[in-house]
Amino acid sequence: MIDMQKPALSLDRLKKSYDGVEVVKSLSVTIECGEIFGLLGPNGAGKSTAINMVSGVTRIDAGTVQIFGHDNRKDYRITRCLTGVMPQEIVIDNFFTIDKALKMHAGYYGLKDDPAWRSLLIDRLGLGPHLHKVMYKLSGGLKRRFMIAKALIHKPRLLILDEPTAGVDIDLRLTLWDFVREINQRGTTVLLTTHYLEEAEQMCGRIAIMNHGELVALDSTKSLLSRLGGRQVTADFDRPIEQIPVELDSFRPVLVNAGSALRFALSAGETTIDLLDKIRGLGLVVTEIETRPPNLEDVFLRLTGSKNNGK
Amino acid sequence: MANDLRPDNYIPGRPFLTLLQKEVRRFLRVSSQTVFTPIITASLYLFIFGATLGERITVIEGFNYAQFVIPGLILMGVINNSFANTASSLFMSRYLGNIVDLLVTPITPTQFIFAYTIAAMIRGLAVGTVVCLVSTFFAGLPWDAPLAAIGMAALASFLFAQFGLVVAIYANSFDSLSMYTNFLILPLIYLGGVFYPISILPGPWATLSHLNPMFYLIDGFRTAILGVGDLPLWLSFLVAGSMAAVLFVWVTLLIGRGYRLSS
Repeated sequence: MIDMQKPALSLDRLKKSYDGVEVVKSLSVTIECGEIFGLLGPNGAGKSTAINMVSGVTRIDAGTVQIFGHDNRKDYRITRCLTGVMPQEIVIDNFFTIDKALKMHAGYYGLKDDPAWRSLLIDRLGLGPHLHKVMYKLSGGLKRRFMIAKALIHKPRLLILDEPTAGVDIDLRLTLWDFVREINQRGTTVLLTTHYLEEAEQMCGRIAIMNHGELVALDSTKSLLSRLGGRQVTADFDRPIEQIPVELDSFRPVLVNAGSALRFALSAGETTIDLLDKIRGLGLVVTEIETRPPNLEDVFLRLTGSKNNGK
Repeated sequence: MANDLRPDNYIPGRPFLTLLQKEVRRFLRVSSQTVFTPIITASLYLFIFGATLGERITVIEGFNYAQFVIPGLILMGVINNSFANTASSLFMSRYLGNIVDLLVTPITPTQFIFAYTIAAMIRGLAVGTVVCLVSTFFAGLPWDAPLAAIGMAALASFLFAQFGLVVAIYANSFDSLSMYTNFLILPLIYLGGVFYPISILPGPWATLSHLNPMFYLIDGFRTAILGVGDLPLWLSFLVAGSMAAVLFVWVTLLIGRGYRLSS
């Protein structure tokens, strides 16, 4: 039986370099059993390299990876049975049909085909009508669905999804996330990376943000949002603003709507009332006000520098 | 080892058997290229050397040319196909990226090597067997030491399956992969005594031919079938066995370290 006291995944000072460039710099993260954990970061942040070191696709330069308390190098046969991986790149073998490939993949994990579980995966991922098609005849979305089924065919306790919704339509995204939630409720811990921050916000209980190979934030999604992302307030005025008053600088104002409105990014602790008091004190007349709660994008951009960082 | 962490229905030999099955299915799916084409090529050689020239040329005492050339043609089929199977399968997996499918599974390096090797041997020996059957239409063979002949064919097949794995790991492109076949394997086979006995070559060329590893395999196989050859049978087995052992160790080191398989 799995020791639920031990973390599902524990990375300790994990390092990886390519051609002398350190792409993962001493990464330490612990993911508890039963979590849906998001690993975010701009392109080139080192997320996929870290995930590949966990799954065994990339060699580890230094540090350790423990999966349910087992070292993924010493006890690799156990840790690989416990882990299901959906890599970012589409990986298929054109020689086989979906049905054959799924049966074969279970065999690689030392398992007899489990028709009930296979049927469930096929059904939930909408693969039924395509079972006997060879891989190269499948659309991109179907290939992704197949890869998710493949990652789950051996009933892993830890599911790693690297950009599972990259380039897929909205329908599949919704189906996929519903299914991931269901798998998680059945007891599988989920580690996912995504560029869709809204999805991470909705799915993940905790989030780590990486930038340039380093961890720049690790917290519960809620705390991360409240700690780093204040509300965004847009105020319309009765007349155009020619110059932004310096007294408002602390609220990080930006002119919008052709100068007739200002958008402010409030820090944690600052309130809309504080802002309105300040505006009123300057003799400006607000005609309309709109507020938006903080989102992960604000947090992400603040932590990783700018919109263009690493992209 | 807490093996109880593996699923309840975990069957230890199953990863190996699945990979072996997959490799066999892979070449059977394209059997027109992987099995029937080599058989047709070998049959054409048999026709040329068996039905047309075979009766008219004698290169060793007591046997016509068809009888001389058939063992070499059988072994050529075994070698080419064993090599091609591991080389193309592993290289394609690396090239297309689906090697990841195996790297994330609990398949051990030894299981990996033996699954690829045995599948390649099945293809190589299957082609060799069919060529052997077709050859009976052109000439009868004495089969002096049949077990030794089977042993030599299996050893040659194993050896070239290992070489195919090495080539698949080092090759960077389809071009470099075909270069190994066209500029190394084929010349070595043709110069290794398939079509003529090395003993009829002038002195320096005969000496040089002894450096060709293919010579030991072909001569050993022919000696086992005809009962005569340029070398004693034990020497052919010793050289072929040593080469196979060296290549196996090399492959084990490469795959054990995930060299050019994992990043």
